[in-house]
Amino acid sequence: MIRTPLRPLARILEARQKGENPDAIERENLRIRHEQMRDTARVRAEGRLLVLGVAFFCAFAITGARMATLAASEPAEPRAHTQGASIVSSRADIVDRKGRILATNMDTYSLYAHPQQMIEPERAAQALAGIFPDLDEARLLRDFTGNRKFVWVRKKLSPEQKQAVHDIGEPGLLFGPREMRLYPNGTLAAHVMGGTRFGQEGVHSAEVVGSAGIERYFDALLRDPAREGAPLALSLDLTVQAAVERVLASGMMLMNAKGAAAVLMDVHTGEVVSIASLPTFDPNDRPMPPVTGSPADSPLFNRAVQGVYELGSTFKIFTAAQAMDLGLVAPETQIDTKPPMRVGGFNIGEFRNKNYGTLSIEEIIIHSSNRGTAKLALQIGNERQQDFLRKLGFFEPTPVEITEAQGGQPLLPKTWTDLSSVTISYGHGLSSSPLHLAAGYSAIANGGYAVKPTLLRQPGPQYGPRVMSERAAERSRVMLRKVVTEGTASFGEVKGYQVGGKTGTADKPRERGGGYYDDKVIATFATIFPAHAPEYVLVVTLDEPVDTMGEKPRRTAGWTAVPVAAEMIGRIAPLLGLRPDYGVPDPIHLASD
Amino acid sequence: MTEMVYGTVRVRDSEPVLPKWWRTIDKWSLSCILILFAIGILLGLAASPPLAERNGFEAFHYVQRQAIFGTVALIALVVTSLMSPVLVRRLAVVAFLVAFVALAFLPIFGTDFGKGAVRWYSLGFASLQPSEFLKPAFIIVAAWMMAASQEIGGPPGRLWSFFLVMAIVLMLAMQPDFGQACLILFGWGVMYFVAGAPMFLLLGMAGMVVLAGMFAYNNSEHFARRIDGYLNPDIDPTTQIGYATNAIQEGGFFGVGVGEGQVKWSLPDAHTDFIIAVAAEEYGLVLVLFIICLYASVVVRSLLRLMKERDPFIRLAGTGLACMFGVQAMINMGVAVRLLPAKGMTLPFVSYGGSSLIAMGISVGMLLAFTRTRPQGEIGDILRGRLR
Repeated sequence: MIRTPLRPLARILEARQKGENPDAIERENLRIRHEQMRDTARVRAEGRLLVLGVAFFCAFAITGARMATLAASEPAEPRAHTQGASIVSSRADIVDRKGRILATNMDTYSLYAHPQQMIEPERAAQALAGIFPDLDEARLLRDFTGNRKFVWVRKKLSPEQKQAVHDIGEPGLLFGPREMRLYPNGTLAAHVMGGTRFGQEGVHSAEVVGSAGIERYFDALLRDPAREGAPLALSLDLTVQAAVERVLASGMMLMNAKGAAAVLMDVHTGEVVSIASLPTFDPNDRPMPPVTGSPADSPLFNRAVQGVYELGSTFKIFTAAQAMDLGLVAPETQIDTKPPMRVGGFNIGEFRNKNYGTLSIEEIIIHSSNRGTAKLALQIGNERQQDFLRKLGFFEPTPVEITEAQGGQPLLPKTWTDLSSVTISYGHGLSSSPLHLAAGYSAIANGGYAVKPTLLRQPGPQYGPRVMSERAAERSRVMLRKVVTEGTASFGEVKGYQVGGKTGTADKPRERGGGYYDDKVIATFATIFPAHAPEYVLVVTLDEPVDTMGEKPRRTAGWTAVPVAAEMIGRIAPLLGLRPDYGVPDPIHLASD
Repeated sequence: MTEMVYGTVRVRDSEPVLPKWWRTIDKWSLSCILILFAIGILLGLAASPPLAERNGFEAFHYVQRQAIFGTVALIALVVTSLMSPVLVRRLAVVAFLVAFVALAFLPIFGTDFGKGAVRWYSLGFASLQPSEFLKPAFIIVAAWMMAASQEIGGPPGRLWSFFLVMAIVLMLAMQPDFGQACLILFGWGVMYFVAGAPMFLLLGMAGMVVLAGMFAYNNSEHFARRIDGYLNPDIDPTTQIGYATNAIQEGGFFGVGVGEGQVKWSLPDAHTDFIIAVAAEEYGLVLVLFIICLYASVVVRSLLRLMKERDPFIRLAGTGLACMFGVQAMINMGVAVRLLPAKGMTLPFVSYGGSSLIAMGISVGMLLAFTRTRPQGEIGDILRGRLR
């Protein structure tokens, strides 16, 4: 670039010759250059101002156009969207084996308040306290008049309550839709259902989360959107369950027991058709776990699954069956049961110190001889006994599909001595749940296959591995039938249904200090019916029963659990579709003959 | 004639002030401003009774106040537009110094009226926001500096004005008042653009703005929530934007009718930041488009008139004032239709507000003073044959 000087030498010299001031030339040049500069700046500014003007015009035009499109669109009903992933609230129904509803959902409303939008907080608080007696008016008023912007009032409302709140006419009180879990049958099968609670809560929906029982065990499955709400079919039968609970409750009252449990199991599939534990609760309004006292006394405690008891003489049939299976004895084999008998320094006694003399195996079961089974156990040996009981499932918690099942861990001896083996042979020294016992009896009833207890409906027989021979099972069933016809369970006879079973009366161990109570027993009756071709196993257990109708209090299972079980079978067998068998009918005689 | 020649009668050496004002002023822009003010009063009648009711005044308390402040503002507007550019510049420099000091002392003597940002001086009968007055004054000072830098041997005015704007932006950001800070920065940027900023520098500045925005997004929860709300396609109907959108939709083309609107009852800022929603609901799209046309014509007319201006100071100052006026209106309306993220900004002359109204009157008065027609020396161009 060639710079033009402000003081061009030629002009300066010329001016000096003429005697003019040369500075004027510089000033003139400066002025011209300045003007040129301003002109270029002006031209550039003109262009940029035009850009600005167009930009502003466009921006205003866009704003106007946007305004027009908005004005032309229809106003939508204001609907709040939930932030992030919406809470999936639809939970699958639970139905029984015939598709009848056990648990379902109901649309209801929650009540919350926006105190900022309230017109008369005092009146609202007063009216709410009138509708819900458990709400504290002073506290509500404090919440409504303070700085809070959001207050939960109720999580669930009945339609009547909702209308009453609506009638207050307070715009600051708002309803949020809720799906709540409903158990239409109330306390029926409460321990299986368990219950639900609200998980993550929003104004527009709340998560329903299983808090116990099958609701908790299958929580993920029930909430799985991929299943599209297909109901979960259980093995339970609603009508049978109702009959079982009814009879069990009256039996418990009649026998003055403090608790009771019953398990009805299909021997071929392991399906639990009915399972009950008393006292019970309402899963619609699940009580809080107790903070004082023994949790085993709480209505929430599932005696049939969580409760592990020494189930007494009901175990004797396992010992006999194993001995016969191993070929050690036959039903007719004679065993000397005379006292004394000492094992490991302990005297093995009989009920009321009876002396049965020499008994056949069959008679040992019929009369429930401790020394007889003890001798069988010694013949079997504790290795084989453990193995047998393990196969029947007595070493593990039952695999049934409720969360509480894990709590039903059987109590086993720390070291399995000969003494343990002997006492376990007649049901002492090993604690298990009534459900364990039902599974064990099922193996005898179905011809020698172990079964896995389940609460889900099964398509057909679900036999596990064989645990005893067909013949040993058959012989055991004959013995069980004779216990009812000739032995300790004579009250257990139900006309037409050939009940077989074994009683068990176990003294309750003291909570502290060791040893056993004299006057507290667990009375159990484990039955199979019909005995010639069993379909079902029923176990009835009464906790601390006492029959006071006789001269002196009677506590043995034969007087307490057996009549209750018999009544139960009489009611449920027809419901289960079992045809009564009265043997060969009398020949019909015509009146004219 | 004789008397005149011999000086017995004083000859006026210039045209009378008012006729000259009337002849040279941009009458279209002036009319637009007056109409806007009238619309403001009209909408105030609709939008402010709920506020008055909430604060326990009689229904049209705020309309009366708006009329009083508006009269003062209009007087200020006319008086300012009567002044010559040099007088405007001198007074503005003085005002700038005062406002700058006032802004600096805000953290000590100011109050926040419980809104979380210290922006006001409480004068008892009214509140004063120094940044409102600082904005136009700063534009003048910055324009003066930039114009001076265009002289040969002039001071480095652009650099000085840059330091000045940074100082002010920093002070405003501390309050915090990002809206005013952005507005001032924008005004300065526009002036710098017209003053002949190099292109690469402008691009660099755009990049800086993006970076600053990202920094603010990451570090200010308040700012981040606004942006998230803007980017979210769903409108939460319980937010101000939700109410405003609903009001515009309800209004349709011709509105729901005078006084029939509902949005003013639910929007806390119906009389200031969201007055356009009230207008849209009660009077419909017709009035809204009319208001947009008024603002657009003031801004575009002023810019076109300034294109002919030869004095760099007047050109720059006028550009700054016009753009700031236009951008403020556009942000306000853009927020209501969700073109822009939520930012509280008053609609000039229409929204209720004491000190902002007067400051706006002064600033538009200055704009009108700068856009008055005056001899531009075109004859010189003709004589020199440089007319293009």
